[in-house]
Amino acid sequence: MERVLGDRKAVLVLLGPAMLVYTLVMMIPVLVSLGYSLFDGNAITGFSYVGVDNLTRLWGDEQVHQSLVFTIKYALVLTTTQVALGYGLALLYVFVLKRASSLIRTLLFFPIVLPTVAVALMFQKFFEIAPNTGPVNEMLLALGSEPMDFFGSGMSAFWVIILMDLWRSAGFYAVLLYTGLVDIPEDVMESARMEGASTFQMIRHIIIPLSMPVLLSSLIFSINGTLKVFDSIVALTNGGPGTETAPLTLYMFRTSFSYGDYGYGASIALLLTILSLLFTIFVFRSARRDVTEA
Amino acid sequence: MNTWGTRRRRRSTIVGVGLAVASLTTLAACGGSSDSASGEGDPEAFSFLINSENTNIPPVLESLAADQCSAENDALPLEIETIPQTQLDQQLQLLAGQDALPVSFAAGNTPELVKTLDEAGQLLDFDETLTDLGVIDDISPAAISTIETLYGGFNVLPYQYNIEGFWYNTELFDELGIAVPTTWDEMVDAAEQLDAAGVQPFSASGEQGWPLTRLVSGYLFRELGPDALQAVADGDAALTDPEYVGGAQAVADLGEQGWFGQGLGSIDYDTAVNTFMSGDAGMLYMGSWVLSNFSDEDLNKIGNDSIGYFPFPDVEGGAGSAEQTPANVGLPMTFSAKQYNSEVGDWLTCISENWGAAALEVQDMVSGFTVNSDVELDPLTREVSDQVAAADSSVLWFEALFGAQATNVGQTNAASFVSGNTSAEDFMSTVQSALDSE
Repeated sequence: MERVLGDRKAVLVLLGPAMLVYTLVMMIPVLVSLGYSLFDGNAITGFSYVGVDNLTRLWGDEQVHQSLVFTIKYALVLTTTQVALGYGLALLYVFVLKRASSLIRTLLFFPIVLPTVAVALMFQKFFEIAPNTGPVNEMLLALGSEPMDFFGSGMSAFWVIILMDLWRSAGFYAVLLYTGLVDIPEDVMESARMEGASTFQMIRHIIIPLSMPVLLSSLIFSINGTLKVFDSIVALTNGGPGTETAPLTLYMFRTSFSYGDYGYGASIALLLTILSLLFTIFVFRSARRDVTEA
Repeated sequence: MNTWGTRRRRRSTIVGVGLAVASLTTLAACGGSSDSASGEGDPEAFSFLINSENTNIPPVLESLAADQCSAENDALPLEIETIPQTQLDQQLQLLAGQDALPVSFAAGNTPELVKTLDEAGQLLDFDETLTDLGVIDDISPAAISTIETLYGGFNVLPYQYNIEGFWYNTELFDELGIAVPTTWDEMVDAAEQLDAAGVQPFSASGEQGWPLTRLVSGYLFRELGPDALQAVADGDAALTDPEYVGGAQAVADLGEQGWFGQGLGSIDYDTAVNTFMSGDAGMLYMGSWVLSNFSDEDLNKIGNDSIGYFPFPDVEGGAGSAEQTPANVGLPMTFSAKQYNSEVGDWLTCISENWGAAALEVQDMVSGFTVNSDVELDPLTREVSDQVAAADSSVLWFEALFGAQATNVGQTNAASFVSGNTSAEDFMSTVQSALDSE
């Protein structure tokens, strides 16, 4: 085996096709997209070179500012809540429910396999005010409150999106983190217990540090997924009311394909790529520091 | 040993190249375009892409395919594909970029996109084609003139020729003693009376947005004159000018009273029309294409006899008049220049000769095609038909002269300002910014 892997040609034959496919389907489109940001036009009209005009336009575009703020707010709130809730559930599975957790795990994991559009339609109906009154507004009415147009203001629409995505994804993160927690050696836990460590001390000094790698992966998964959110918002609010819940991805999509401005759309994509990269580096760095401290 | 090594190297090279070719073949199969997409004018079907909200045109085409155009349909079968209107523009741009537009299709949400497609050689020149086919006389010259003004050439077909205005529930108006409004103030009074009687005064789709922006343009045309939005498009005026903001404010004032009902931003097109047809709303601003909805007896609970029409009322002291009727050809339908061949030409001939009568018979739809046979019309359709014939001059709509971005921004933000979430001033400023960036 060592001889085979030591042979450069063998490595090339084994990795070559995969690298070729990866380059063709990932790297070339990324580079082409980067190139588009230097051009103006679309597939119908053709392209003309505009240099860095599209990139400088990003700074003065109020819609970019609004979408950027929304994207970051959405990513931070959802990442924090879904990983925290997922971690809480994982702790519940391992330390409380133990072997009996499989049914709960399956039930909570179930929403992630449902089609996003179906889930969005369900939440639209839950929070509907007209033409029919949805269950949430029915509840408000039963409690004597006025019904509320949840999709009529940016703030309430934002929280409905968060609630929906949290419902969809918490079970997934719970399973992901559960796999990290079950790997913690039982003897370490046992000896800590015998030393008289409290539950809080166990979580603080043993469970969190030892599950840090999977926690870190979850955070990176989550931050990158939430920064690139598209389908759930399009299906639930389509960026509305107005453009108050429009993330960068939706603005990028509209700019490229509705407004026919591929170059500026590619510039927004570049901004999103840089944002994802910065967040990933930030998460990596902070996690490295934490592990050292622990 | 050397021989073995060489063989092994050869075998590795062969395997490597083989795998690379296999990968490339797979990729080529995934990303390649078929002959039918290359625009050779050899379509296998009379493919027709239309926005799913349009429920008027497909039934007429299907009726033609089954009856008058059955021979053409046997040669080139009709295949209808629908797509939500909000996704139509991007679909057209992607297909046009690959010369893969269907034989016939809805030509986009903005005149600007139609012009772009035309300039790129994607659209059929109907002036030339219909003249060659000998059916140019089947299209009304007024409709051709409207199309040329809006789209820069005769590049779309007038499957619909619409006027827009307010449809009202005559029974409710009679019951409450409300006279048909001729001025904006009278309409506001009528709304007040309806509201006091527990009836929602207006029904509109905030999800679509355009039924609201057209109230703004209607007000501006009546107050500032029929060229109000041309001045904005030409840069001689801005939507942020006080008189323009005033127009948006007049519509926002209606919303502030709650006269459009709850959850305006969630109300889709069908819900808006059904609310009016079920008698829950007193007035509906809509184009005459809505007549086909009214002709559905299952959904139209109030009945055609209880529906009347009045044009967008005057604004007292304004420069425009109610005689300047908003007119259009609906969301325009066109044909691909790349897919055109003699079989498509046969279809086009048959459509030109029969559309006018079939549209009236099947959908109560007034079109820009001549009616080549006797058709019995119900009184409301007759009234609209007469109104179309009598219209002296026409005006466009809010976004008609704007590009795709300003159109989208206007329509997606309309419900927000009418619901009071943003101010009329902010709304006009947002649309003006989008216009400036185009």
